[in-house]
Amino acid sequence: MKLYCLSGHPTLPCNVLKFKSTTIMLDCGLDMTSTLNFLPLPLVQSPRLSNLPGWSLKDGNAFLDKELKECSGHVFVDSVPEFCLPETELIDLSTVDVILISNYHCMMALPYITEHTGFTGTVYATEPTVQIGRLLMEELVNFIERVPKAQSASLWKNKDIQRLLPSPLKDAVEVSTWRRCYTMQEVNSALSKIQLVGYSQKIELFGAVQVTPLSSGYALGSSNWIIQSHYEKVSYVSGSSLLTTHPQPMDQASLKNSDVLILTGLTQIPTANPDGMVGEFCSNLALTVRNGGNVLVPCYPSGVIYDLLECLYQYIDSAGLSNIPFYFISPVANSSLEFSQIFAEWLCHNKQTKVYLPEPPFPHAELIQTNKLKHYPSLHGDFSSDFRQPCVVFTGHPSLRFGDVVHFMELWGKSSLNTVIFTEPDFSYLEALAPYQPLAMKCIYCPIDTRLNFIQVSKLLKEVQPLHVVCPEQYTQPPPAQSHRMDLMIDCQPPAMSYRRAEVLALPFKRRYEKIEIMPELADALVPMEIKPGISLATVSAVLHTKDNKHVLQPPPRPTQPSSGKKRKRASEDIPDCKVLKPLLSGSIPVEQFVQTLEKHGFSDIKVEDTAKGHIVLLQEAETLIQIEEDSTHIICDNDEMLRVRLRDLVLKFLQKF
Amino acid sequence: MDPECSQLLPALCAVLADPRQPMADDTCLEKLLDWFKTITEAGSSLLLLQENPCLVELLCHVLKPQDLSSRVLSFSLRLTGVFAAQEDCFQYLQQGELLPRLFGEAGPLGGAAWTAPTVRSGWIQGLRSLAQHPSALHFLADCGAVDTIFSLQGDSSLFVASAAGQLLVHILSLSMRGPAEGLPGLQADDWPACAQKIVGHIEESLRSMAAPQITQALNVLTTTFGHCHDPWTQVLWVRLHPLVAALLEKDPVPAAHSLVDLLLSVARSPGLSSSSCGLWETLAQTLSHLSPTQAGLLALGILKLQDCPQALRAQAFAVLLQPLACVLKATAQGPGPSGLLDSTVADSMTADMLLPSKAACVGLLCRTLAHLELLLPLPQRPCPWPQASLLGAAVTLLQLCGGSGSPASDAGRQLCALLLGCVRVQRAALDFLGTLSQETGPPELVTQVFAVLLEYLRSPDSSPTVLKKAFQATFRWLLSSPRTPGCLDLDSHALLFLRELLPVLQKRLCSPCWEVRDSGLEFLTQMTRRWGAQAGFRHALLASEVPRLTEQLLRDPESYVRASAVTAMGQLSSQGLCVPPAIPEHPGGQQSVLGELLHILSTDSEGFPRRAVMQVFTQWLRDSHADVVGDTEQFVAGVLQVAGQDLDWEVRAQGLELALVFLEQTLGPPRSHCPYAVTPPVEAPAGPLTQALQPLCRVRLFEFAFRALFDCDRPVAQKSCDLLLLLRARTASSSSLQEPRNSPDVASVEAALQRWRAGDQAQPLGDLEPEVVLAVLRSMDLEGLRGALAESSDHVEKSPQSLLQDMLATVGILGENEADCY
Repeated sequence: MKLYCLSGHPTLPCNVLKFKSTTIMLDCGLDMTSTLNFLPLPLVQSPRLSNLPGWSLKDGNAFLDKELKECSGHVFVDSVPEFCLPETELIDLSTVDVILISNYHCMMALPYITEHTGFTGTVYATEPTVQIGRLLMEELVNFIERVPKAQSASLWKNKDIQRLLPSPLKDAVEVSTWRRCYTMQEVNSALSKIQLVGYSQKIELFGAVQVTPLSSGYALGSSNWIIQSHYEKVSYVSGSSLLTTHPQPMDQASLKNSDVLILTGLTQIPTANPDGMVGEFCSNLALTVRNGGNVLVPCYPSGVIYDLLECLYQYIDSAGLSNIPFYFISPVANSSLEFSQIFAEWLCHNKQTKVYLPEPPFPHAELIQTNKLKHYPSLHGDFSSDFRQPCVVFTGHPSLRFGDVVHFMELWGKSSLNTVIFTEPDFSYLEALAPYQPLAMKCIYCPIDTRLNFIQVSKLLKEVQPLHVVCPEQYTQPPPAQSHRMDLMIDCQPPAMSYRRAEVLALPFKRRYEKIEIMPELADALVPMEIKPGISLATVSAVLHTKDNKHVLQPPPRPTQPSSGKKRKRASEDIPDCKVLKPLLSGSIPVEQFVQTLEKHGFSDIKVEDTAKGHIVLLQEAETLIQIEEDSTHIICDNDEMLRVRLRDLVLKFLQKF
Repeated sequence: MDPECSQLLPALCAVLADPRQPMADDTCLEKLLDWFKTITEAGSSLLLLQENPCLVELLCHVLKPQDLSSRVLSFSLRLTGVFAAQEDCFQYLQQGELLPRLFGEAGPLGGAAWTAPTVRSGWIQGLRSLAQHPSALHFLADCGAVDTIFSLQGDSSLFVASAAGQLLVHILSLSMRGPAEGLPGLQADDWPACAQKIVGHIEESLRSMAAPQITQALNVLTTTFGHCHDPWTQVLWVRLHPLVAALLEKDPVPAAHSLVDLLLSVARSPGLSSSSCGLWETLAQTLSHLSPTQAGLLALGILKLQDCPQALRAQAFAVLLQPLACVLKATAQGPGPSGLLDSTVADSMTADMLLPSKAACVGLLCRTLAHLELLLPLPQRPCPWPQASLLGAAVTLLQLCGGSGSPASDAGRQLCALLLGCVRVQRAALDFLGTLSQETGPPELVTQVFAVLLEYLRSPDSSPTVLKKAFQATFRWLLSSPRTPGCLDLDSHALLFLRELLPVLQKRLCSPCWEVRDSGLEFLTQMTRRWGAQAGFRHALLASEVPRLTEQLLRDPESYVRASAVTAMGQLSSQGLCVPPAIPEHPGGQQSVLGELLHILSTDSEGFPRRAVMQVFTQWLRDSHADVVGDTEQFVAGVLQVAGQDLDWEVRAQGLELALVFLEQTLGPPRSHCPYAVTPPVEAPAGPLTQALQPLCRVRLFEFAFRALFDCDRPVAQKSCDLLLLLRARTASSSSLQEPRNSPDVASVEAALQRWRAGDQAQPLGDLEPEVVLAVLRSMDLEGLRGALAESSDHVEKSPQSLLQDMLATVGILGENEADCY
């Protein structure tokens, strides 16, 4: 069993598991942090961005000044943003049989895999994952395609040139494999390969393994996966949460008794408690608005935003913010808000019960009804006529490199009354803000990541007790900035196996058994014989029939009939010849009694020697040697077949035959 | 006993003795017992029994084999004890063989009733009351009660077990009272048999291997030394001391908690001269034998003792400091003494004592911090006090809990993992840090203190309770921050800190958690009260958004927060630190804080904000707040009118407080009643008095006070009564006042008041003239009213007769009373 690790990002995993002749890809996350090296894509022409000076080498050579721009000491690529794809060279991706998706954040690289590698398999995911994943992809494509950029920089990627660039461009990995965003056509084609599944649904893969999605508690439709055969069980835990938020709670019990547990997608901010962060978010929001400032919340169109809106729903009246407009701007804002209300079966119990009242499960419906929350596909159109300040704007993209957020950063960045509150943990907020410097606007970092933290992981591992844990190497040591925090790593016995990008891991367990079914008529014919209390044996003569990774013992063909004819001939052609079977032996030979028996039968001058594995009985007169070991007995005599047969028969007297 | 009760008693006894009439409510039995106790304390029990033969009959009756409730049986045992406490009555009951039958083997002791804990408890309490005289001791010896008490020490009911221990102490002390009193030197071998028996039992228990027995013996001794300080206790200690010391040789030390209690009880006992009995050595030995978790309490006890050898005190202090020293050692950047303990002690211990489990570690640290906090204000606290190291330890603990500590060692890292986010330790350490502010520390440490406090105030993970403690500690440290002599303002460091603190406070005032907003406001009120007049503070506060946010919190949805906001606004306004609030309906328009608070007083649906408003107004009136001084009469009249209609009695009572302040301001300060005053009191002239009362009449203070006098809530009526009595006293000397006694006004007012008293307060009094008021005041029986109000509301129903009637009524004997009971 092998694990091919195609992504180094612990929360955007992409691994391939080879297990029992199947090749299973676990998630295909897209690392978008590469976009932080690019200049933002403004929705309307930004004089500030277009007037940034070009970057030149120390010796004054300015041949890169068209591609690289400098802003407040940082250098950015002036081009369409590009993404860092999972490894495509480590394994031939056309051999991948299935892709299992655990949540909508972990499928963003899907079009690159399904459309450009010769992939012919099936993708499995839950319905909310597919629908919201589609929204995320649609938004991404929309953000990038609506501001076409003529220029595509590639000079800087040249290895010899990249060496000369300042950090972080110099240290960016595998820049040659970075790709531009896919098209909507590719998205549609990729999504058409997905087959929808429900929690606990068992899916057979070629009869060899069974895969099952389980609720992981992190997002709508998010799942962990069980991959099991009859005697082996691998659990894939990715992006799980034990907190009570909107999705169905995590199913922990089904993860028990795994041989291997692959653990990815833990919280990215283990030191931040989501409750405290939500409090911080609300306080800072209220403080800014009360002072007459605007609040900008860069966010994804789905996920944490539902929880934030729910908190605000409870908070705005108490904080006296009822008159402040909340705007949610995204090409998919409407679909996201509406989708969330229809996936009742995927929601936590509380929200499910609301559906029967009937009430909308999320209170943002009421916010929309009372006009406190308004949503727009983009800032063009209706929004510009409704826009009122001070206000709170939720919009993407959290990287601050594309989407409507770029416009608001440019618009509000100059005033210290305004605040940008970062709630998505995927991007370093300092790096995200770099191309906007100098910035007067206040910046608050309240990352809300509900995924498992290390304390929860340690409880989970104690509970489900896997034999082996496999995880990204980042989880096996404390974060570099807090090396004393021994609590911020996975602590389990035996120690977790770690992987990094482009590594192939041989998983530490061997397959020892295979299930074989026996036909009823054959089972009827068995004559078990108890050889030890509780253990019975029976011989069976049968034909092993193997098809679709299933093994069946079928009755042997009838002995050939003496009658002749066409029919018989055909049968004899089909059925292999069966030899007459020798009986099987069992039991052990008690040496002393054996020697006595030999003496009774006229052998004398017998010597017994103990060896490491058993005994050697020497018949010195007959120049014969009987070697008795646990699983074999050898009679060595010099070409005296008569003697050998006599001795053999004596030996057989001590053994059971069946 | 009054005849009415005597008449009711036979019926009651019959009810009690009748198993078919169960007493539903055993509080009646308790009251009955209390009543008999008061009767027997005042007179002869013998006479009582002779006059009321039904009582003895009851006692005899309960002995008959029948299905009597265990409550009545227990009651009878206790009642017997109450009677037999007097020796003549004891003899009387003895003659009838009643006592041995009740308390001896033949009584409930052997029967099925004994399984009920209440019966066993009644048996013990009966004996406890009975054991008051030498005859009782003989009786106890004869009936073998002491052995039963021994066995009851291990009773399954904790109440019974504890009472048995106390009874033993009582018997021991009683038996020693007679013969041993005159002979302080009497050796234990010559003690009375009963005492010998008890001491022998204690000795045997102390030698036992079973922890429960040892605990029982230690508890009995602890109570003995705690209550008896006669010379014989010293003899007892000398005799038992070796056995107690022998306990220390066992590993682990059994019943460590009780042992600590005993040793401290002995050390505190004035009857023992500690030095001669080897007590100090035992204490020292105990300190070194007990585990750190057990030794902390002993160490604290030793340090609280008034006279105690210095070496022992030093040892105790070292034990107390050990956990903190471990923390400092585990987190120290390099080797070297932590400063809390000298290196020889410090080297021998390791952080391992803290590390076994999170619960143990947290418990030990919290106890240690609480013990040190108790010790700090005591005059006998250890000297020199390691202030700097303790500050360091508190700061380190807080850093470890908050995740900002960076320990270098493995032990430190483990400790960090144990303590991270631990709210209990955070609270204890913040309390301790606050207490440490009574002393100062090295400047660099004080900087660290402020840094860690700011970290806690800032941290989104601080729980509301931790935050409240952090605010309190911050205030205490700001109070203690060094300042220029003669200048009340904050020093420059504190002002710099304040500048960092105010944005945090701003954010906290917007917290979604109401507890946080509330403690933020309380902190603001405290700071404003203390430094509101100081330029540095004013400047920083006015430059921040805090005053405006506070004003917005007057409309908070949580009533506690509104109340705190009212108090804070009152304080800010007193100091001229208010920004004029905006009227929500008219953006840009402004209204005064006074108007805003009056609005709250008249419209807020919850009591807390309204009470807060009344307190603020009273304070404003006292301090002559600018908004009030402009037209004080209008202010008082307006407030009293609103407060008088309030449904919350505390608001009405606070209204009387405000009326009192106004009254005193109007009439001037009360004349000195100092007996040494040189000048005799001068009678106030009549003219100015009525004139002085005019403003009180104009604000309708009297109508408010008279209405309050008949308030259905007693505290309001009492307060009003006090106010009117004070006013009458202040005006009593003006005898020259013309009496308008017969004027129709007075009559109509008195008639109206009569109606008010009857509950009909619809009719207003109208405009009152000072003369009329004075006349009404004089004619009223205010003293009588005060007396009636001082009685508790159930004084009529509290009589023994009523108790007996109630008890009979509940079982239906007094049919005619059935209706009026409930």
